[in-house]
Amino acid sequence: MSASEVQIEFYDKQISMSHGAGGEASRRLIEGLIQPLLANPLLDPLSDAAVFAGPTGRVAMTADSFVVQPLRFPGGSIGELAVNGTLNDLAVSGARPIALSAAFILEAGLPTEVLRHEVEAMAAAARSAGVSIVCGDTKVVEHGRADGMYISTTGLGQVDPRADLGPRRVQPGDQVLLSGPIGNHGMAIMLARAELEIEADIRSDTRSLVGLTAGLVECLGSDLRWMRDATRGGVATVLNELARDAGVTVTIAEEAVPVDDVVRGACELLGLDPLQVANEGQFVAVVAGEKADSALATLRSIPGGERACRLGMVTAGSRPCVLAKAAYGGVRVVDMLVGDPLPRIC
Amino acid sequence: MKYVDEFRDPEMIRKALHEIHALADCRRHYRIMEVCGGHTHAIFRFGLNELLPPNVELIHGPGCPVCVLPMGRIDDGLELAGDPNVIFTAFGDMMRVPGSKGSPLESKARGADVRIVYSPLDALKIALKNPDRRVVFFAIGFETTAPSTALTLLRARALGVKNFVVFSNHVTIIPAIRAILDSPDMRLEGFLGPGHVSTVIGCRPYEFIARDYRCPIAVSGFEPVDILQSLVMVLRQLRAGVAKVENQYGRVVPWEGNLAALRALAEVFEVRPHFEWRGLGFIAHSALRIRDSFAAWDAEKTMPIRGIAVADPKAAQCGEVLKGVLKPHQCKLFGNQCTPEHPIGALMVSPEGACAAHFKYAHLELPQQLPILQG
Repeated sequence: MSASEVQIEFYDKQISMSHGAGGEASRRLIEGLIQPLLANPLLDPLSDAAVFAGPTGRVAMTADSFVVQPLRFPGGSIGELAVNGTLNDLAVSGARPIALSAAFILEAGLPTEVLRHEVEAMAAAARSAGVSIVCGDTKVVEHGRADGMYISTTGLGQVDPRADLGPRRVQPGDQVLLSGPIGNHGMAIMLARAELEIEADIRSDTRSLVGLTAGLVECLGSDLRWMRDATRGGVATVLNELARDAGVTVTIAEEAVPVDDVVRGACELLGLDPLQVANEGQFVAVVAGEKADSALATLRSIPGGERACRLGMVTAGSRPCVLAKAAYGGVRVVDMLVGDPLPRIC
Repeated sequence: MKYVDEFRDPEMIRKALHEIHALADCRRHYRIMEVCGGHTHAIFRFGLNELLPPNVELIHGPGCPVCVLPMGRIDDGLELAGDPNVIFTAFGDMMRVPGSKGSPLESKARGADVRIVYSPLDALKIALKNPDRRVVFFAIGFETTAPSTALTLLRARALGVKNFVVFSNHVTIIPAIRAILDSPDMRLEGFLGPGHVSTVIGCRPYEFIARDYRCPIAVSGFEPVDILQSLVMVLRQLRAGVAKVENQYGRVVPWEGNLAALRALAEVFEVRPHFEWRGLGFIAHSALRIRDSFAAWDAEKTMPIRGIAVADPKAAQCGEVLKGVLKPHQCKLFGNQCTPEHPIGALMVSPEGACAAHFKYAHLELPQQLPILQG
């Protein structure tokens, strides 16, 4: 059932403190708006906990909170991020999602319309990944205490028995792959904040990575060593974490880094390094060197993986670090970002 | 991307490098200063210094506006930001620069209304949208950004905006270069002239460097090919035993500068008798203040500014690094007490600061053998 067909019975124009007080107004909000939009057999009884049979084997569990401003931006919104972000944490752990939870912290005065849009976005993102939001919570804080709304999600997943991932498995000779072009989400958000008065058609890349990561696990089994979604801090941060955790040097080819022209232009203008800009729909994978070609072919054969590429390779290093090598031979250290990326003008 | 890709072309870069290696006389040691922080950043970002002959040494100059700003000026600005009726605006470059009581970003986290703008005109727009509040634009930069501040003040006057003021911290590049040339512990063979500043002031103001100090200078763009070609120009002059001003960045820099921008600067600003530079001390005629005819939009004339003086931390050797006497990693605090995450000196804050660039791109010994990467 699509969101437009759902019967909504919630007529309050905006959220007030009483919607979080646990009484009649709370009941109206949950039974009238949230539950109908997210409806599924585990959520529908609205009991204290969703009870269901557990999976066998290894499970993955993850939590994430979402505080993005603005709530809606080109290519996505906070609700979509809240589902995809948690799904992606499961995905790069080699797991398929079983169930999600969602907790809302709403600011009094939030238009119902805004909340409805976000719950619908969560429902749509969950539906397209074939997973349900089975439990949740709603709180309301005074006006001015939250930027409209915050969403916190938890994900439970079943780890593919063939997956054996972790920095301890990474070794010299392994290859580093990237799922697609980088920097779109971070630049979309920065421009959507409208503080910079720069206009460019850049859309967030928010999406579920479950299909791509599951394809890799299936193709490679234990030759898939490590995966990480390149969210805040971008590819530079996850590669540095990889280098540090695995005690290796990661060398990437500067010209291999895929960046859309419009994102590259915006980054040049603002003095930002695309490697340090956030993504919400890309991941980095380390695979056994001899399996890199088939891994790349697999990724490219899965819808959404067409622009996957080889990013670089793992070598033994005296000191863990990430290096970028340019076509003309120049080498630089790719460091982690300190704080948020800030535009550079003077 | 046009105007970028052709200046990062590997073949052109190899050609220029080949020429530099051929020109550099192995019996000589060349100390060449890149004046501009933008060059420092580019040199590290593109790994250029690793590709130069060992006897061609690049010295990082004072051309990073936030790096030379004394802490007291930041404290003064942030005191203004403490007024709940004030909206404090500044470039993103300023946001992490520490005053003695924290950075603009930390002030924002404590509740001050601090906003990043991309242009002073955006700050003026904020003032127009918030007529009940006072908008302060914390102006920094060399002649690169000063014209946009001047144009904004001209517009503010034309529109009769009453709730907008500028706290001018604009500085001028020539007195700083002269101070470095006159510094007794400094010996330089040549300069890469600042590209963006020169789009405004042109190339003529550098003539004294060649004439009086017998130092070659090439005004340079910011892409790898630009910087290497400029080095070729300087090395060619040194080999021929001449010293003149050359313009490598001719696609952007007119020899006479930008007359409209210079007129706007002259109308709005006048030269201060002296101004403090972090690490370099007081330099005469080295900064711009707002003329009396624009006093109504001058934060220093309309708002309580105490003129806070803050001494730099004793152990920090920012001054020596700024003058090129010390390399960033030779400072006692580099990489241990002073890091990009906990900067003590401003050189560690700005991505154009020599220390931050050094830390970010070059603080590790690079391995000699790198793997061959396939595309």
